Amino acid sequence: MKRDIILAGVGGQGILSIATVIGDAALNEGLYLKQAEVHGMSQRGGDVQSNLRLSSEPIYSDLIPKGGADLIISLEPMEALRYLPYLKEDGWIVTSSKPFVNIPNYPEIENVLAHVKAIKNHVLIDVDALAKEAGAPAQAANMVLLGAAIPMLGIDHDKIVEGVKRIFARKGEAIVAANLAAIEAGYSASKL
Amino acid sequence: MKHLLLGDEAIAQGAIDAGLSGVYAYPGTPSTEITEYIQLSEKRNALSAGLENGADSAYSLEVKGKIFCQWATNEKTAMEGALGMSYMGKRALVCMKHVGMNVCADAFMNAAITGVNGGLVVVAADDPSMHSSQNEQDSRFYAKFAMIPCLEPSNQQEAYDMMHYAFDLSESLRTPILFRVTTRMAHSRAIVETIDTPREQNTLSSPENTNHFILLPAFARKNYAELVEAQADFVQTSEESLYNTYTKGIQPKKAIVTTGIAYNYLMECLENGAKSAYSLAFREASILKIAQYPLPKALIEQMVADGAEEILVMEEGQPVVEELIRGMVPSTVVVKGRLTGDLPRMGELTPDCVVDSLQLTVDRGQLTVPELVVGRPPALCQGCGHRDMYAALNEVAAEHEGAKIFGDIGCYTLGALSPFHAIHACVEMGASITMAKGAADAGQFPSFAVIGDSTFTHSGMTGLLDCVNSKANVVVLISDNLTTGMTGGQDSAGTGRLEAICLGLGVEPEHVRVVVPLPKNMEEIKQVLREEVAYNGTSVVIARRECIQTLKRHLKAKK
Repeated sequence: MKRDIILAGVGGQGILSIATVIGDAALNEGLYLKQAEVHGMSQRGGDVQSNLRLSSEPIYSDLIPKGGADLIISLEPMEALRYLPYLKEDGWIVTSSKPFVNIPNYPEIENVLAHVKAIKNHVLIDVDALAKEAGAPAQAANMVLLGAAIPMLGIDHDKIVEGVKRIFARKGEAIVAANLAAIEAGYSASKL
Repeated sequence: MKHLLLGDEAIAQGAIDAGLSGVYAYPGTPSTEITEYIQLSEKRNALSAGLENGADSAYSLEVKGKIFCQWATNEKTAMEGALGMSYMGKRALVCMKHVGMNVCADAFMNAAITGVNGGLVVVAADDPSMHSSQNEQDSRFYAKFAMIPCLEPSNQQEAYDMMHYAFDLSESLRTPILFRVTTRMAHSRAIVETIDTPREQNTLSSPENTNHFILLPAFARKNYAELVEAQADFVQTSEESLYNTYTKGIQPKKAIVTTGIAYNYLMECLENGAKSAYSLAFREASILKIAQYPLPKALIEQMVADGAEEILVMEEGQPVVEELIRGMVPSTVVVKGRLTGDLPRMGELTPDCVVDSLQLTVDRGQLTVPELVVGRPPALCQGCGHRDMYAALNEVAAEHEGAKIFGDIGCYTLGALSPFHAIHACVEMGASITMAKGAADAGQFPSFAVIGDSTFTHSGMTGLLDCVNSKANVVVLISDNLTTGMTGGQDSAGTGRLEAICLGLGVEPEHVRVVVPLPKNMEEIKQVLREEVAYNGTSVVIARRECIQTLKRHLKAKK
């Protein structure tokens, strides 16, 4: 088993929480893991990414080579496109469809989405709307996205659910329930 | 026990488990998380021991096993504090980003001359590619400059293991050890196996010979002679180190030297090579993996004796090893690396540039970044006080043609970008005040400095004293958000005392002004700035409002 994943988004959107849950599940599965994060200056509303590598064999490099990623998980559609050179030709993009516009020259969203749809293997969902439908707070939108990525992760649905329970346990039952609802909303949307 | 740890956290846990007594540091990306981890660990220990204020209360030697972990005012005070703890026989750690080495260089260089009593390890976190820095200087030069050993772990597990080794080595060789990491090590998580029982802390003990710590020329000459003599031991220790390994290849005409994490990129290529059509020549080359300096001379000589005709050096940072090896091998041996263009001259290594340096062809995938994708630079947070400060300053500055605003290091450096385009310089910690002074000395009017509260106490106070002494015609804006914001909100050394500090340095009381940077106060702030521009002398305007990120956290904690 080997999965190279690029997590993308805008500083503050919560890509590291996605990585934390996957990391916890992977650790419990006895998998090897490496996860390179971006800290510091680029957190301030700039583009952020994290390289997450999972494998049943030891992993050397902290970084994924170009053309090596099995999956791009992005909380923002234009940010998903920024890492295309890293995606394998048969790799997957799982991204939120909602643009995060904090720059004056953000491109036409229809054109951005058209580029996502041009990738053969893509899941394009409105994570905020799905979170709302599921009765989860806006902060849980990142868990909707993680739910949608489960079929491509190489880790079972139930193992991810256990990871969510462990990671959010100290925040109380209500938060755990909201995040689990978000995971299920994303998981169902992705299978459709 | 197995844990998922950042490189920085592995270093911190390694130091704790090695019997650390104190960590001395100033925040700086990518080193900040080392000290934060130790602070959190101390807080947990205190809570479980039933001490309510825990790590926040003053450090007390009577509390067994307690680790001193308060932030220092700057890297120089940190280095000196650690040297003092080492003097008393205990193990001390200093952490900083690479440019912090410049700030503590005086203490660092001379600690090499005094030597140590308790183990003293200095972590320098370099930032090749300048993810969050103004240069990509390589701290290994400092180890060579000071003539002390340097360790450079290749992965998170090694970072953990080598911290214990570093303290032991420091005590056995009686020297400080430089522990060099780079961004990708510091900020990448991996599974790390830790020991169950930490080593006990050292007990309090004075140095055997205090003359060693009195650097009068007569004593210093003797110490320096000892340090020069110890160089051979340092080289031998490197040659015998378990962390430096040489493997003779099946095709030993080609050899590859890696330092630190470069080894991982090489192994990534070689492992994948089994599946792709990689060149056999390099897969079967000799490999020298270096994680300890000075360079292991005997291993390099062995590599040449085994027939190496072409040596490719892969190192993160500047071409330090590449240059050194050129001087150690016969001129017939070709040495390649960053200087020859086989690897990029600047920037961090990647699996991709390492593949290229091995002249391998790989399938890289065909996808490119669509043209419509635009950059998304970082920006000041919405609602941040720095924004209101710049809005007012820009308006007042615009009233004078050619006004100059000298910036400094912090979130507010982002004032250089859209929409403010406010600052005209940003060089290093504290330079805003002294450069504004120099410009005023040259005849510039008006001359503004913009500096954050933490940067002001780090390196701005002495510059302000220069201004006061020559009655320099400058307006110094201290944008006080009550924290060290850019690195994530650590304590700021002067919080609550900035006015007292400025008055103590001799700024006239009527020219130490305080404003609250909020849109509703815009007219008042501009008026204060105009009055201080009109004053022919040194003014300080403190724009004070809590960082909205730490405010959010404080409000959440109260709930």
